[in-house]
Parts: sequence; structure tokens; C-alpha cells
Amino acid sequence: MNPFQYARADDAADALRRGAISGAAYLGGGTNLVDLMRETIARPDQLIDVTGLPATIAETDDGGLLIDAAVRNTALAEHPAVRMRYPVLSRAILAGASAQIRNMATVGGNLLQRTRCTYFYDAEGARCNKRTPGSGCDAREGFNRIHAVLGASDACVATHPSDMCVALAALDATVHVDGAEGQRTIPFADLHRLPGDQPDRDTVLRDGELITAIALPALPTGARSAYRKVRDRASYAFALVSVAAVLQLEGDRVVDVRIAFGGVAHKPWRATKAEAALRGQTITQQVVLDAAAAEFAEARPLRDNAFKPALVARTLAAVLTDLARGEAA
Amino acid sequence: MSLFVNGAQVPAPTDPRVSLLDHLREGLHLTGTKKGCNQGACGACTVLVDGERILSCLALAVQFDGRQITTIEGLASEEGLHPLQAAFIEHDGFQCGYCTPGQICSAIGMAAEAQRGVPSHVTDDLGGTITLTREEIQERMSGNLCRCGAHNGIVEAIQAVLVEGVPA
Repeated sequence: MNPFQYARADDAADALRRGAISGAAYLGGGTNLVDLMRETIARPDQLIDVTGLPATIAETDDGGLLIDAAVRNTALAEHPAVRMRYPVLSRAILAGASAQIRNMATVGGNLLQRTRCTYFYDAEGARCNKRTPGSGCDAREGFNRIHAVLGASDACVATHPSDMCVALAALDATVHVDGAEGQRTIPFADLHRLPGDQPDRDTVLRDGELITAIALPALPTGARSAYRKVRDRASYAFALVSVAAVLQLEGDRVVDVRIAFGGVAHKPWRATKAEAALRGQTITQQVVLDAAAAEFAEARPLRDNAFKPALVARTLAAVLTDLARGEAA
Repeated sequence: MSLFVNGAQVPAPTDPRVSLLDHLREGLHLTGTKKGCNQGACGACTVLVDGERILSCLALAVQFDGRQITTIEGLASEEGLHPLQAAFIEHDGFQCGYCTPGQICSAIGMAAEAQRGVPSHVTDDLGGTITLTREEIQERMSGNLCRCGAHNGIVEAIQAVLVEGVPA
């Protein structure tokens, strides 16, 4: 691990002042950053510990929730309002990592964990444009079972590993950030980037900007939500694919549906084409499979991950038919 | 800057790069906490911080100023072993023993989580109380790997203490 200076921020203003220095990084639970620093893939020379910043979950005037960035993942998953009103979010968090890691990891840190693959971590043995821009990508022609089928580029085919973020994408969350140019809000779906020719940049955050909170809007009356994750072992594994869905019916017709996929792209993938295909429809297996096919029309599978579009389609069909019957979550 | 380890006040390391795990083992010579993967994948380094289970390999010791750390060395009392320690012996909850300190600290953290109603991936009702079935224990302990394959004994030991309340 490269040498660095450590400071504990008293509040957001203190963190921003310290974080304005080039080479500084904010430290949450450390479950990704400390690991990357140990591998010298991340080499900050200033670490600003932001775990002492506010960590509350508050009701908002519009019936939603405002979640401080320093809230731990366990605390968010177990919060009564989240369990009751946003089961997709509780379920997604509980499907991720292990209990120890969920106890450590912060909400802000979960959002800012690196989009990554095993080649990104293999600093001595593999080329990676995300780790070393311009060096090449050994995943594209390598073992790419876990890699992206949507929105990838020649430069990078890695996937974003968060489960929580897939739920936040489906919930139309808003990210509150603060920085040298003041406060701003970013729609959750716009926070993470597709790789393009700059795979070293995972998000649209500017240098020194700090995520301070996540806002969840109220869900429509009667909306139901669920999360389902498919993986190679039953627990403590990244998703091969995952589905987060929020469904609102009127009779048996879809009034509103919001869908996000994990494990298919460089960012949590909001499935707007599938959503459009489902509005006004009655949920049946075939209707959902057709909607998923619309979403994956431009999929570009690699050697080992061609199973993903069909697996997502079947998973989405299972989630939506369960939700339509009132059986999920 | 100081930490409290098993009730004793100890200094934090001067180099901020030192993980809590290395500080416990190398700095304080508390070698009960084990270094397995050193990358957050195996759970061998699990300790309790203010009663919550965490991975000490991914934690920088300087982050824990003023916090109460409990390691495997802090569990037994003058009356004898912690009930979970005794139950792991009784139920063959280990073979080589390398993962055992992490397993036991993790199980203590899990018990507190279940008691306050934290659901898990396999909990049917997000609003209900938690019953530590075999399936629940397996899911909640999935962050602690045992390469000897003693998982059946581990689950039985945990059930004996946390579910059946058998004094070990």
C-alpha cells in the first residue's frame, strides 16, 4: 500500500475542504477502496474518512426518504420504512456481499465502488484500460462469463457489481452531491457512466465532489416492488444477472413499471425499452419475454456470457408475474 | 488516539496503512484473529466493533479511535469458555481451526442482528421477527468460509447455543 495521510472529516464542509486537494479520496467503509489500495490499483495520498458525517434516514415532505451517505448498508436494509415501503431496496442490499461487509459499507461508498472485473484486479498479469488507460482489455477475448452484454465498448466490458444500486435505479432515486461548484442533484440513472473510451471514469462526479445523500421519492399508491438475483452460488457472490422491478397495476393492466438490471452493463441498467413495451399490457410470461427482447435487441454478447439476455428475460418474467399476483417481497 | 481491545485501552498505529487485523496480530500480539485471504472474501478476520461484526482486514486501524473491539481472546471468562466456543468443540465445528475465531465472532454478531430483527436474503417476511432456522444461519454465516468443510458442525454448534439455548 502506498503511503497516505489520514484525516477524519468533522462535517461535509470539512470533508470538501480536505477533498479539494489533488490525490485525495473519500473513505467510507473501505470495503472496496482499502482492498484496491492494498493492490496499489488505487493510490490516493490523502484519505478523508467521511464515516463520521451524518448517518440518518429521514422522512421527506413528499412522502419519500432522505438517506445520508454515511448510513451503513445494514442500517438501510433493516430500516422499518425501507422494509415496509421499498422492499426492493431491502432485498437488494441483503442479496449483496456478506453481513460483515454490509455492516461496514456506507451507502455513498456502495455507489462509488469501482465498476470492475477480475482483469482489473490482476495488475501484474492482465491488461486493463480501466486500471491503465490505453493498455488494452484482456477480458474481451478472455474469460468473460460475468461481463457486460449492453452498453460496453471496445475499451471495457466490466460490470457494476452493486445490488443496492440496481434497486436505486428502479426507484428513481436522486443523488445529492456537494463540491467546489456548490450542491447539485443527479438522477440516479445518470450517476454512473458507460465506459466509452474513458473506462477509468465510472461516474459523472467531478474531482472533489462528495455524495451527501440519496433521496427516494414516494412510490405510487399500490405499487409493489421486488429484487431477484441469479448467481453461481447461493450466497456471497456477485450477480450473474439481477432484476429490480416496481410494478403498479390498475385491474390487471400495467399503469407504471420501472425495471433495472444488474450484471449486464458498466452501470445499473434502467430498462426503459422493456418498460415502454409493458405499459398498458397485462403481465403474462410471453409479454414479459417480448419486452425483455426489446431491451436486449442491441446486446453484444461475448464468448462466455451469451446466456445473459435469456436469463434476464426469464428472471424478469418470474419477478413481474409474482408481483402481478401479489406474491413477491 | 487509542482503541479499546477486549476492554483494554491500546494505542492506534502511527502508520495509517496498518489494517485493524495487522494491528491486532502484529502490534498487539493478539494472534487469535486470523489472516486468511486479506481481501474480504473469507471472513477469518471477523471481529466485533461495538458489538457489530466486521472484517478487520478491510478496516484501517486508525478508523477505530475510541471504539470497543472484541476478538476471540476476549470471549472466555474466568468461569470458562464462551458457550459458542464450547459448542464448537462439542459439535465438531472445526477441523484445522483456522476459520474458527472468525466463525465464533461472526456468530455472536449474527445473534445480535437476529435479535434486533435484521432480515436476511432468505427471510420470507421483511416485517416479521427472525427465527434462526438452519437456512437462516447458513445464509447469515455465508461470509465465513471453512475450507475443511466443517459447516454442518458449525451450524449445529450455533443452533445449539442460539436456538436451543443449550448451556455448553
